[in-house]
Amino acid sequence: MFSLEGKSALVTGATGGIGESIARALHAQGATVVLSGTRAEKLEALAADLGERAFVATANLSDRAAVAALLPKAEELMGKVDILVNNAGITRDNIFMRMKDDEWDQVLEVNLTSGFHLCRAAIKGMMKRRTGRIIGITSVVGVTGNPGQVNYAAAKAGMIGMYKSLAREVASRNITVNTVAPGFIETAMTDALNEKQKEAILTSVPAGRLGTANEIAAACTYLASDEAAYVTGQTLHVNGGMAMI
Amino acid sequence: MSDIADRVKKIVIEHLGVDAEKVTDNASFIDDLGADSLDTVELVMAFEEEFGVEIPDDAAETILTVGDAVSFLEKNAG
Repeated sequence: MFSLEGKSALVTGATGGIGESIARALHAQGATVVLSGTRAEKLEALAADLGERAFVATANLSDRAAVAALLPKAEELMGKVDILVNNAGITRDNIFMRMKDDEWDQVLEVNLTSGFHLCRAAIKGMMKRRTGRIIGITSVVGVTGNPGQVNYAAAKAGMIGMYKSLAREVASRNITVNTVAPGFIETAMTDALNEKQKEAILTSVPAGRLGTANEIAAACTYLASDEAAYVTGQTLHVNGGMAMI
Repeated sequence: MSDIADRVKKIVIEHLGVDAEKVTDNASFIDDLGADSLDTVELVMAFEEEFGVEIPDDAAETILTVGDAVSFLEKNAG
């Protein structure tokens, strides 16, 4: 079950904790992967560690020209893109009344708009081949909201609406479009919190612990697989029960 | 009938699964041949592949009938 032999996947944000785990998981199931991110050295190290079937395509997703070049590059490296994982994301947190225009713009650009462009570029080949998987990493805060993150939450909620609409458009072509919504996951982002903050967060998580990047990657592996062909337009929440939607 | 028209009609027949006699010059992809909006995008992609041309979005939006496709390709292909 869940074999990805012969499949080709592009993963953005592959240097981050969650992105790296997703790339490793898809690769472990047999997929060829293109690792994208901004830090070339880290991507090269990951590709070297994975060995065969791993390529690097650096891209800064706040640069539209770089976004436009990414999908063609991935197709050149792998011949096709069967699985697109829009994982890259940034935060520029600030309370609403202090939020700067560029904090809003940057987060929307990287977290939402770059994904729109990558989906549009990827869907053409998927339509022709009559198969495809698009997976977006959104966030629990896109559904519940979070103080200090109006920009991030807006982008993540925007992804959910975009993916549902796209899912409806292309379902008849055997292309599925889903999002995975992590709750609190052990990453560099949550490492920045102090113990007291972590404790406070955990009181809202029935599972009583933070999630792991591998648990997000497992959800992505499922959605990328042939077995998930009948699952589309969904948001798979992986959050230890902190929000039950 | 031109070679281009033959090739266009063949693509339309195959893609939409319609009878050859329905695929006349005046036949509208959507109104007469049962295509949905996604089919029309796919037809344009198939024309691009068959004739080795790029059909820009603004031109694609004006290709509503079989005849529209044939005349566009007669002007721009080959």
